[in-house]
Amino acid sequence: MAIEVRIPTILRTYTDGAKAVEGNGATLDALFADLDARHPGIRARLVDAGELRRFVNVYLNDEDVRFLDGINTALGDNDNVTILPAVAGGSV
Amino acid sequence: MKYDTPLEAVGNTPLVGLPRLSAAIPGNLGSDGHGAGAVRLWAKLEDRNPTGSIKDRPALHMIERAEADGRLTPGCTILEPTSGNTGISLAMAAKLKGYRMVCVMPENTSEERRELLRMWGAEVIPSPAAGGSNTAVRVAKELAAEHPDWVMLYQYGNPDNAGAHYATTGPEILADLPTVTHFVAGLGTTGTLMGVGRYLREKVPGVTIVAAEPRYDDLVYGLRNLDEGFVPELYDASVLSTRFSVGSADAVRGTRDLLQQEGIFAGVSTGAILHAALGVGRKAAKAGERADIVFVVADGGWKYLSTGIYTAATTEDAVEALQGQLWA
Repeated sequence: MAIEVRIPTILRTYTDGAKAVEGNGATLDALFADLDARHPGIRARLVDAGELRRFVNVYLNDEDVRFLDGINTALGDNDNVTILPAVAGGSV
Repeated sequence: MKYDTPLEAVGNTPLVGLPRLSAAIPGNLGSDGHGAGAVRLWAKLEDRNPTGSIKDRPALHMIERAEADGRLTPGCTILEPTSGNTGISLAMAAKLKGYRMVCVMPENTSEERRELLRMWGAEVIPSPAAGGSNTAVRVAKELAAEHPDWVMLYQYGNPDNAGAHYATTGPEILADLPTVTHFVAGLGTTGTLMGVGRYLREKVPGVTIVAAEPRYDDLVYGLRNLDEGFVPELYDASVLSTRFSVGSADAVRGTRDLLQQEGIFAGVSTGAILHAALGVGRKAAKAGERADIVFVVADGGWKYLSTGIYTAATTEDAVEALQGQLWA
């Protein structure tokens, strides 16, 4: 089961500069564990004490996972996951 | 409609139905006089405010509340981090009321915004492109510390920002469309979503509040440390039902569709908001549910004309033209 994961610039040191990598997992938590096996250290930058870090935003098919089931959000084949730092945006 | 002064003309914007975009939602068939099926899209035209954006509402409200409680007195200097619209709104009000206006704005915003600010007499302090609005906020906070006599209204943390929408935008929507089921707006300071969201949640059981958050290209996010992100002080996740991240391509496509299908000439952030509104519309149509989806047209397209996105031959060309720009 392949899931595309888009990696923000700041975390590409873990992915040899790759903007996107593939991973597997039935949940976001499992996906991060899978990514960490091939890109050691990346999980700790995203997760702290079993929760997403405060300034890390993760989107499943563009929807913020904090409004789904957070780190336990279920994933399916061909889903895409985007990781982004929290920023001030909008027409401000 | 008659007002005694230009500032009193803030708000009371039109809410218009979008029959063509509604009818194009897959599975949304039928006719009810609106030209569409059970799912209807409605645009709240905030570009009709005096300076052309939704930000006239919070800007004027924040100034008037600061005047009322004595924080803002004649001759004061107002300081604000802004990617444009709030600065433009504050500058117009400041000019009419006799305040000096200083804006901190990311350097990668359109030339039109800079010109508009200068036109209304504001001084613009550019902040580095890297980090976008986050950096503008940091620079403004440093300036505020250096100039304790300047008044930073601080739209990201000022409850009167959300308060303006709770008092005006929300009630206007409900009065015009008592059958509203969804409200979709852009997520920046979060003021629009917090204010309208809280109002509608109190009045409309089961209403869905949807945030559309701009997703920029890598240049804007840069090498931001994940431990130094920014979440506006106003943000309360419990007000939202869900939150979508919308990339430049979808935002540009939405902006062009709105122009081509409905003749509405809107800014790029509105395209992102429309993209999210169409997403919830498709979901409702698929589930066979009735939906009256109100979304915000945050500003008109005038400030983005120089990007060429409205007339580019393809969406891809238009996205290319927008590369590296803060479009919301």
